[in-house]
Amino acid sequence: MPTLQVILNEHPHAGRDALIPVLQQVQEAQGFLSRGAITAIGRHLGLPASKVYGVATFYNQFRFQPLGTYHIQVCRGTACHVKGSLGTLESVQRLLAIRPGGTTKDGLFSLETVACLGACGLAPVVCVNGEFFAGMTPEGLRRLLDTFRKRGTAHDPGT
Amino acid sequence: MTQAPERPNAPPCWEPPPRPITELASYLSGGNTPPGAVLNERIALLRRERLVRPAIFVGTGTCGLGAGAGRTLQAIRGHLKARHIEADLVEVGCIGLCSDEPLVDVQLPGRTRLSFRAVTEEKAAPLLDGVWAGQVKTPSLVGQFSGDGLDPWPKVPWLHDNPFFAPQTRWVLANCGLVDPSSLDETIARGGYSALHQTLRTLKPAQVCDRVERSGLRGRGGGGFPTGRKWHVARAQAASQKYLICNADEGDPGAFMDRALIEGDPHRLVEGMALAGYAIGASLGYVYIRAEYPLAIRRLAKAVDQARERGFLGRAVLGSAFDFDIRIKQGAGAFVCGEETALMNSIEGRRGMPRPRPPYPAEKGLFGKPTVINNVETLANVPGILLRGDAWFSALGTAGSKGTKVFALSGKVNRTGLVEVAMGTPLRQIVFNVGGGIPEGKAYKAVQIGGPSGGCIPSSQLDIPIDYESLKAVGAMMGSGGLVVMDEGTCMVDVAKFFMDFIQRESCGKCIPCREGTRRMLEVLESITRGRRGEKGADALQRFQGIMALNELAEVIKDSSLCGLGQSAPNPVLSTLRWFRDEYEAHIYDRRCPARVCPQLLSYSINAEACKGCALCLKKCPTDAIMGAPKSPHYIIQDKCIACGTCLTVCKSRAVLVQ
Amino acid sequence: MRIEINERPVEATQGETLLTAIRRAGVRVPTLCHMEGLPPTGACRLCVVEVEGQRGLIPSCSYPVYEGMKVRTHSPRAVRARHTIVELLLSNHPDDCLYCVRNGTCELRKLAEELGVHQRRFTGLSRASRVDVSGPALTREPSKCVLCGKCVRVCEEVQGVGAIDFIGRGSATKVGPAFDEALNLSSCVLCGQCVMACPTGALHEQSHVKQVLDALRNPEMMVVVQHAPAVSVTLAEAFGLPPGRDVDGKMVAALRRLGFHRVFDTAFSADLTVMEEASELVHRIQSRGTLPMMTSCSPAWIKFVEEFYPGFTGHLSTCKSPQQMLGAILKSHYAESRGLDPAKIYSVAVMPCTAKKFEAGRPEMIHDGVSDIDAVLTTRELAELIRMHGLDLEALPPEKADDPFGGRSSAGKLFGATGGVMEAAVRTAHYLLTGKEMDVLDAVEFRGLEGIKEARVRVGDLELGLAVASGLGNARALLEQIQGGRSDLHFIEVMSCPGGCIAGGGQIIGVDPGAITARMKALYDIDARSAVRVAHRNEGVRTLYDTFLGEPLGEASHRLLHTHYTPRHVIT
Repeated sequence: MPTLQVILNEHPHAGRDALIPVLQQVQEAQGFLSRGAITAIGRHLGLPASKVYGVATFYNQFRFQPLGTYHIQVCRGTACHVKGSLGTLESVQRLLAIRPGGTTKDGLFSLETVACLGACGLAPVVCVNGEFFAGMTPEGLRRLLDTFRKRGTAHDPGT
Repeated sequence: MTQAPERPNAPPCWEPPPRPITELASYLSGGNTPPGAVLNERIALLRRERLVRPAIFVGTGTCGLGAGAGRTLQAIRGHLKARHIEADLVEVGCIGLCSDEPLVDVQLPGRTRLSFRAVTEEKAAPLLDGVWAGQVKTPSLVGQFSGDGLDPWPKVPWLHDNPFFAPQTRWVLANCGLVDPSSLDETIARGGYSALHQTLRTLKPAQVCDRVERSGLRGRGGGGFPTGRKWHVARAQAASQKYLICNADEGDPGAFMDRALIEGDPHRLVEGMALAGYAIGASLGYVYIRAEYPLAIRRLAKAVDQARERGFLGRAVLGSAFDFDIRIKQGAGAFVCGEETALMNSIEGRRGMPRPRPPYPAEKGLFGKPTVINNVETLANVPGILLRGDAWFSALGTAGSKGTKVFALSGKVNRTGLVEVAMGTPLRQIVFNVGGGIPEGKAYKAVQIGGPSGGCIPSSQLDIPIDYESLKAVGAMMGSGGLVVMDEGTCMVDVAKFFMDFIQRESCGKCIPCREGTRRMLEVLESITRGRRGEKGADALQRFQGIMALNELAEVIKDSSLCGLGQSAPNPVLSTLRWFRDEYEAHIYDRRCPARVCPQLLSYSINAEACKGCALCLKKCPTDAIMGAPKSPHYIIQDKCIACGTCLTVCKSRAVLVQ
Repeated sequence: MRIEINERPVEATQGETLLTAIRRAGVRVPTLCHMEGLPPTGACRLCVVEVEGQRGLIPSCSYPVYEGMKVRTHSPRAVRARHTIVELLLSNHPDDCLYCVRNGTCELRKLAEELGVHQRRFTGLSRASRVDVSGPALTREPSKCVLCGKCVRVCEEVQGVGAIDFIGRGSATKVGPAFDEALNLSSCVLCGQCVMACPTGALHEQSHVKQVLDALRNPEMMVVVQHAPAVSVTLAEAFGLPPGRDVDGKMVAALRRLGFHRVFDTAFSADLTVMEEASELVHRIQSRGTLPMMTSCSPAWIKFVEEFYPGFTGHLSTCKSPQQMLGAILKSHYAESRGLDPAKIYSVAVMPCTAKKFEAGRPEMIHDGVSDIDAVLTTRELAELIRMHGLDLEALPPEKADDPFGGRSSAGKLFGATGGVMEAAVRTAHYLLTGKEMDVLDAVEFRGLEGIKEARVRVGDLELGLAVASGLGNARALLEQIQGGRSDLHFIEVMSCPGGCIAGGGQIIGVDPGAITARMKALYDIDARSAVRVAHRNEGVRTLYDTFLGEPLGEASHRLLHTHYTPRHVIT
């Protein structure tokens, strides 16, 4: 994965319109946006840190904490809601004792809700590290989490 | 008021794809092929009207992959290798029948193409063995496609007679699920870029705008503004730089048309954008696409690269004097960026907050330059209009709504997926024919159309034809095309609450009526779905005050919000209030949820005759509200119960009753 | 062109907004987010009106007029929308209005009153938020914020600082510094322009009223006060008197009645500053020192350079500001010559400024645990004290400030307006370099509200390149030019607030924009009428040099009147 400096070097003399792409690349490389990264990006683009942070907090995509080994996205689209995704979400929150946007203390799981994963035919959908799991009931989810827990931290965060 | 549906002269689901104009032959890969038998042979192969060896098509759109198409693909690859079978293995986009994924098509030389459903990895090898042996009639067979000069399989139903496909008219989705999205040659062979070539040589930009205006094409992203008129305004602006933006941000929950279209047929969008750019005088087009669609982004980026290499984009497009290029910008997840001015702010690297208009984007848009923003489906309609004529396009549809509309059908319906129907098709046909009705024999309650800005349509209005005006008349809107079906087990107050929760989070937060008003509306809905147990002192009074003011609050939000999203934000409440008032009243006056969805309005009890006394519920109850001796019936202490529903979920004897 | 407002014809010009036309027609349409001179954002929606032929309501602040436009500003629909919008803002606004600093000047309260909001129809969940008291001069109370965005805009678009922005989205949106951190870690320069823009009590100064009252009630303390040049031409407005009235004498009388033992005039030490600063300029020119030299009396500007342009600190004049010069003299020479213990002197400054509170607390301004200045009151806080003590400012007989630091030239008084320091310094520099007074003292090229004013002035054999920047945004523009290689300038005056101290962040809130011009005119009128118009003819200043300081830039000056600057590490 490229370092922050490598990413910034790819955008020489860039203006404000490069901000969101740069944020996306940095998050892609580092898993989240650290304070250091945000101020460095601001300096590179000639923007105050407050503006970079203001933009980053506007969009759902950006996160400010490292991801867990297993990043769980619960779809909260209409179709998923109608098929019970709120119960799925509540049970993840209960089981992991974290709220959307958070990461468990052991760094194993992070949780986030997404507006719609665009796989409405498979509702309710949960996506873990990019892999889709269809028809996720609270019970199915508990089993899924157990599987991951057994697999443990063999992975690097963010992979 | 049920009116007789206006039945358009619906053409068949698929028409044979148009033949490429001869001038495009030289643009096929491998240099110039002289017209004649060799070229015709080449095109026939690309159109798969002729095959030299078997071809297997696997639907690897996001939905297919979600259902396991990736593993199926691996299994097929392994099978071919093990059997030493020479065959083309083609990854195609989604044909739309999401509930039957993974979908695999097989075509043998000389024969028509067969389609199979739910081909999971373990089913792949036996299925293919069957096909090689001529045994195709398996439970997973969906049907066969028709094809010029190809031998049909006996006693295999036609796919165009399948209830999912029969009511459809696939113009925009014509290639989706059929062609290899990574093959520019296949696209050309099926008429792709012919419209662009012809238009650049025969029409002036103003004439292109005229034709699109005459076709009656209206924006497919929600508002339904006449596309040609928008183009004319931008074309008339004197500016050295203009921009075209394709809005592929598709933020409506329950919508995935743009994703499927781009994954399945990206070149149609590229061609549409080039045509739009020519019409308005833009030399640069942006595609603003959701970052949540990585596959669509990859396929589109590849298509843009191919088009550039082949001279369909870049300097002097197709040898004309027109320069046009496309850049892809990834959205970062904000529903409001579907709004034109918010989207432009986002491209400029700002918070996606809408700007006041005027000035309109067509006059002063991206970076202060005239800008046209069109949705994916709108642009994908353009090549067809220019190739086949505006009259061809406007012949289909209703008085005010022409052509077709793509919908993403999901929710409590038997067949979900991507659907394209002629404008004017009755809504009922989509839910009950295409979608196959409601599962488990339950009763239909509503279909939610248009996403958070749209509305819910009850059974009594199901016969309305799909067009912009009819949907508006029943309090909904076309929106971008999400159709979520709801059955008797769906609570409409809960649905309204779901949308208000979405909107108050996704509101950009700039203007007061939308930011504060939607939050207050949500709080009112929360108060009426909250049980008495949690209420204190003045809560009940506040609840009624809020209910009394709900309608006026909704009116003010519509009246005074800054952007189109704010102005339509109260729709989920207004439309459910209009058609499902009795459900609201049951919540407010009787404090009960007829659909048994709102947990706090339910009361739980244990049927003593069914309870086996296993004590599972007792152990799992978070508030120790369940008592009982082992092996004898348990009971619930109502004062302690918080109606979380845990006992209902864990009980294996179905002894927990909900009222 | 002709338009129709409330069924009456109104002349309008192509390109103007509907709001301008409506106001010209004598109709008041309320606004919360509108900022004169900046492009409209259309956020608050209070200015919505009904326009014939338009489906929804139209925001008049951003909508251009067109021929034949028919407007109803107070139709039932428009009034209902405004009423509901204010109700929405109140629905989750804290109810402690009686305790709020802006009780009386709150725009939200005024709107609620105007629109007749007397009943609570909506009860919103209040937003949990912390009060940020981390800053040395400013306090943020996010729960009172209505998200009009004016503070964000003034900080970025006018001041070029950008310390705060919107954070988050939807109903969870808030305003705050980067990372939602406390203000003291941010790049905020404490200029207080956000406070002036804020319609509610979400932003205000850290009050020093209690400390000052405690000192006044302490029999062991000798409490001295100085007042800045811009205060006397503004204070009257807090008591409903017209802008532009100089109440210098009445204010002195009031300060005495509040219990201050000595009342001095900061314009005196402004004259002293002129002497030191003009000498420093002459010295830098003659010794080929770092040029252009930049003024140092505006503390927000100093913080701005230390944060954003640390490479430029060598350009800043080493002179302390007039407030700190007088503070230093009071606790040293003054105390010594009168046999007072410096620790028993409580030194208060009344300033039109919030950043002066920060300046007084800078470590460079504290020696052996004794601060040169102990408390800084804004003009607003002084008005509060006067009201608290039941004083009728208008009825007080004028009094004179105390010796030996009560006399001033009118050059020192000019420090209150943009261009004033420059004008005062040029008058004295001319004298220092040529030994002669200028023929015409008025330097009109440096007067007025323009953002950057420049002139080339002949002083003896030298032609000096002089520039005046009003507001930090303009100062940044000048610095960028110099960083880009511009080298024709010798001296630059910077005042952090656009217009200078008369429009400072500690001034009276909620006055009409014309008030700034009136205050400025008052200063120049004082100058025109004054007998002593140059700093070097201030008798008190001369005596101070003769009896104590020796000469400008001398040893004592160096020790007491000059300072140094350090790069500052904050979140930029």
